[in-house]
Amino acid sequence: MQRNSTLQNIDWITVILYLLLVAAGWMNIYSASLSDTAVSFTNLDNIYAKQLFFIGLSLVLIVFILAVDAKFYERFSSVIYLIALASLLGLFIFGKDINGARSWYSFGSFGLQPSEFAKAAAALALSKYLSDIQTNVKLFDHQLKAFLIILLPALLIVPQPDPGSALIFTALIFPLYREGLHFIYLLLGFIAAFLFIATLLIGVYWVAAAVAVIALLLWFKNRKKKRNLGKYVIITGACVAFAFSVSYIFNNVFEQRHRDRFNIVLGKEVDTRGIGYNTNQSEIAIGSGGFLGKGWTKGTQTKGNFVPEQHTDYIFSTVGEEWGFLGSIFVVILFLWLIIRLLILAERQKQQFARVYGYSVAAILFFHFFVNIGMVTGLFPTVGIPLPFFSYGGSALWGFTILLFIFVKLDSSNFINR
Amino acid sequence: MRKLLLLGLTLCSGLVFAARLFYLQIYDSSFQKLSENNAIKMVYDFPERGFIFDRNGELLVANQPAYDIMVIPRNVKDLDTLSFIEDLGISREEFDKKLSKAWTYSPRIPSPFMPQLTKEEFAALQEKMYQYKGFFIQKRSLRDYQVQHSANVLGFIGEVNDGIMKRNPYYRLGDYIGMTGVEKQYEEILRGVKGVKYIQKDRFNKDIGPYKEGIFDTIPVSGRDIVLTLDSELQAYGQLLMQNKRGGIVAIEPKTGEILSLITAPSYDPDYLVGRKRSKNYTALYNDSIAKPLFDRVLEGQYAPGSPFKALTSLIALEEGVITAEERISCSGAYYYGGRKPLGCHAHRGPLDMVGGIANSCNTYFCTAYRRTIEKYDSPQEGIDAWHNHLASFGLGNYMGYDLPSGRKGYIPDSGFYNRSYNYPKYRWYATATISNAIGQGEVTMTPMQMAHTASVIANKGWFYRPHIIKQIKGVDTLPQKYTEKHYTSISAEHFDPVIEGMFDVYNEGTAEYIQIPGIEICGKTGTAENFTRIDGEVVQLTDHSIFVAFAPKDDPKIAIAVFVENGYWGSRWAGRIAGLMIEKYLRGEISRQDMEDFVINGSLEDEYAKPFSGEPFIINQ
Repeated sequence: MQRNSTLQNIDWITVILYLLLVAAGWMNIYSASLSDTAVSFTNLDNIYAKQLFFIGLSLVLIVFILAVDAKFYERFSSVIYLIALASLLGLFIFGKDINGARSWYSFGSFGLQPSEFAKAAAALALSKYLSDIQTNVKLFDHQLKAFLIILLPALLIVPQPDPGSALIFTALIFPLYREGLHFIYLLLGFIAAFLFIATLLIGVYWVAAAVAVIALLLWFKNRKKKRNLGKYVIITGACVAFAFSVSYIFNNVFEQRHRDRFNIVLGKEVDTRGIGYNTNQSEIAIGSGGFLGKGWTKGTQTKGNFVPEQHTDYIFSTVGEEWGFLGSIFVVILFLWLIIRLLILAERQKQQFARVYGYSVAAILFFHFFVNIGMVTGLFPTVGIPLPFFSYGGSALWGFTILLFIFVKLDSSNFINR
Repeated sequence: MRKLLLLGLTLCSGLVFAARLFYLQIYDSSFQKLSENNAIKMVYDFPERGFIFDRNGELLVANQPAYDIMVIPRNVKDLDTLSFIEDLGISREEFDKKLSKAWTYSPRIPSPFMPQLTKEEFAALQEKMYQYKGFFIQKRSLRDYQVQHSANVLGFIGEVNDGIMKRNPYYRLGDYIGMTGVEKQYEEILRGVKGVKYIQKDRFNKDIGPYKEGIFDTIPVSGRDIVLTLDSELQAYGQLLMQNKRGGIVAIEPKTGEILSLITAPSYDPDYLVGRKRSKNYTALYNDSIAKPLFDRVLEGQYAPGSPFKALTSLIALEEGVITAEERISCSGAYYYGGRKPLGCHAHRGPLDMVGGIANSCNTYFCTAYRRTIEKYDSPQEGIDAWHNHLASFGLGNYMGYDLPSGRKGYIPDSGFYNRSYNYPKYRWYATATISNAIGQGEVTMTPMQMAHTASVIANKGWFYRPHIIKQIKGVDTLPQKYTEKHYTSISAEHFDPVIEGMFDVYNEGTAEYIQIPGIEICGKTGTAENFTRIDGEVVQLTDHSIFVAFAPKDDPKIAIAVFVENGYWGSRWAGRIAGLMIEKYLRGEISRQDMEDFVINGSLEDEYAKPFSGEPFIINQ
């Protein structure tokens, strides 16, 4: 009766949202990868047929995940995490070089991308660590350990090189915050990001000057409170030093292609033929969709393959072109709904493990959604990460499916316990 | 609070994306356009331009394939520039200029890099083109002229310019349009309507099939062939006769108004303006400010008609009833009026009736007739206007309404003109002030086309069809109504008889008697028009223009003709001979006066034309 009760208790809203996203994603992949050759769902040379196969396997995976006892995930989280780390390490030896990146294990015509699975593993490990009765997020060395859990896989992914996937792990700072991490960490992160962008935009000397002026103003305003002058000097100095290091890293450590990406998004260079081509074509595709779109498989930009990587990272541009504003907003709403639903479910968990995990899932999905759509609509720099459930690719789909359905399972079994 | 941060960020990001999507998809419509430029290619399907035939069915203008080297600048990669420019025979500077021009037009859309290669050039390049990425050869159609004459009538086609594209959205960059002549006049008939195919492209600019299964595509409508009223053989012959001379020939079939011949000299081979050589050659023609080969002297040249105008003076005087054909008027060698310097005449027998007056071209006779016409009315204003209206009924002093896109009105003064000139009513003026009009000098000007038309009207005794160049549009039954409508002048038919008799005597025993062709009765009138030019600011008289206006045969006119030879001296010297030869050629197809033909073909006026530019004093009329 265990299985029956699981089916009765799983959150069907989440499942339906998942299915809707996967189905909508496949329709757009179909359109984006439609070629002159005859339509065939069995010929695995066709990208849409392959994706259909991946979706079928996902459903099998879901059955397995739901069948396994919920306790398994908590108990074996460390093992899963270690396996994930090992698989990332193994890439350096056994990984297949595709387009200059060693992100894949190759099995014949199929490949596996361990970084997609490492997200779920890191989320499990973090949840396990935070839900440990002895862990106190307020303590610095515990914070350090939590950060280590998050950063270890990311550090293994960066040199693949796949900085986009590595960036996703920073999403796990949200569950940490939820569990009591001091706000100062988020603030620091925000200030760092702000200084980073400002330095690139207006130059390091102006940033340094601005920081000094703001510090002076604050000090004059608050001097009656007899604040420590030294503190101001240190913070100001840190900010200025950061700005200088950003400038140094940007100009001396970054490669030109990284610099280009930032420059284009910051509006410093207009180059429609070069590196900005992807974003530009993507904007054209989305913009040409208008209110109602050009209709499924009728997108001229999509058909013409103007948007590179359209079936993977840029799949949302197909939505924009063929389904228009209405369809795009519908997809955005589906994502928002799913993320918010996950947050609500997480909050209602009685066990801290399930809560942290649920929060991690929401945060990871949010980050993917935020960065991907931001990139495709030309708001952010080009960071190559997929749109969950939508983008083509077996590893990504399975990774997200596992990530999500472990939580669905945890949620349903908690329900039983309640 | 902690629970709400991620929730808040999620909602915020949703709002930001909604706003961004709104901006991209609804607010800013420029993306729509970008997409269309990007992904849909319009390919034009040009129908073949209609052929042009002469009245006897001889093919004058056909089409030939030409090959344009096109470039898609964005696709130019790894170019071996050195060997490329060597193959094309252009300099490095030219190459850079052309390529940067193409870049400016569009990096993505093909633009002509080097237009209109000949078949031979194409053959040499064809097999090497694969080496030059981004360049390709596109076939197009050019005019192929079968004859070396009639450039002024046929006109030429050229690429549309910005102005044309703005006025008429049918035309796109690189399209051809008739620029002058028949090509311009009958552009829409010859051209047809191009079809459009919408082709879906991929990002490599590669065609991947029709857009929306071709529902927006249109089928081209082919151009129609046209038949001109020109007689090709006559044109070729006339051009031969006019070599080394400047001026023109117009021949009209009086019964129909069909233009048999329209020659301006010097002219050029129409093939001269076809293909890549065109712009260079056109500039050369355009810059020849001395011989002016692009100036159509028969349509655009306005000259004092001289003595042939006396026929019109007679007709008006007869119609006004101020003279009879029988009345004899004596001449003392000059016409005296108003105490001024008399208007000279030449030695001839006298006194003369109308036939004799015309045959001997007596100035006194026509001044008398003209003055009586004007003074019949209470005021010279009324008199001049009555005279003007008679001439206007011939269509003179106005555009003729023929179907060629160039021309001038000529000038027939009216009372308003003289009132303005003499500042009436402060100063009064009288018939005598305008007396030069009587003999076709003074204020009157006509184009050679109008002179031929006048001969045609006289041949018809007072009626005419508007002169026209179109004989038939293949597949269309009727001509424009404009050319099938009979017009009548204000002169009664019977008044033409003495004038025609006079013109016959000109040929038979008068000023043109030595151009007689046995067996052909020609009615003609010589003209010798004084003319002046300016050299270093000083007005200098040049040798008179030689003019001859005629029709033949006398009793059943089949051809009316005007010949005009710049600085050819007296009327029958050049113009008369040429007219005689043209008439015989047209009526008989062969020439009996070999002596006359040799004289004309071998004769040259180049020395005469060089005089004003020699910088030395020269003698005229020798």
